[in-house]
Amino acid sequence: MTVTIRLQQEDFDVGAENAVLARGHTDIGAIVTFTGICRDSEAGSDVSAMTLEHYPGMAEAEIARHVETAQARWPLLGVTVIHRYGRLVPGDNIMMVATASAHRQAAFAAAEFLMDYLKTQAPFWKLEERGRDKKWVDAKSSDDRATERWRKD
Amino acid sequence: MKILYFAWLRERVGKPEEEIALPSNVSTIADLMEWLAGRGEEYAYAFENRNVIRAAIDHVHVKADAPVGAAREIAFFPPMTGG
Repeated sequence: MTVTIRLQQEDFDVGAENAVLARGHTDIGAIVTFTGICRDSEAGSDVSAMTLEHYPGMAEAEIARHVETAQARWPLLGVTVIHRYGRLVPGDNIMMVATASAHRQAAFAAAEFLMDYLKTQAPFWKLEERGRDKKWVDAKSSDDRATERWRKD
Repeated sequence: MKILYFAWLRERVGKPEEEIALPSNVSTIADLMEWLAGRGEEYAYAFENRNVIRAAIDHVHVKADAPVGAAREIAFFPPMTGG
């Protein structure tokens, strides 16, 4: 099981990260990759940049806890989570999740599970810039509902 | 005890972190928020809407009724918006 969790200011290369995930494994039949990208509009108005703040130490720990939960729930052979922080402009990569498994179902489900949890539980906050205006992004209740659906009672 | 603030809480309080001596009548996260809110205008503003504020003790999410006595580091922040 190859687990990579990284927080960084610099960009990442999805192809290179997938190669790292697959290296030395011939049992992997599927890799699902999600890439979050900074877009230039939100709720109909232009976004010129966004700054991601994070809680060092806790962010890594929280991501690791959700990766462990995903490993316990699906037969995974590797997980990569990379999240950037600092100032990003439209078109920049924000984060990526890659999950590797023998079959696609587990890889798709685990990737979606991780994304839903990271959005609502990992300590990151987005500050959007619209020209000279700066505003902290409000959390979306739709993201909370997306996380809820994975809960097992 | 180390207290950290993130995002708009950090901006309103005016500092990212500080050391505090925990008063003896503060036993939970809710107590701590109430005590912090009484420390001045900037704290009152930061903690005015306490039901939206999230907290973590030693890097783990906790609820408002969590005991704070054994904590090394407590963080307060708005709902998260990463990903």
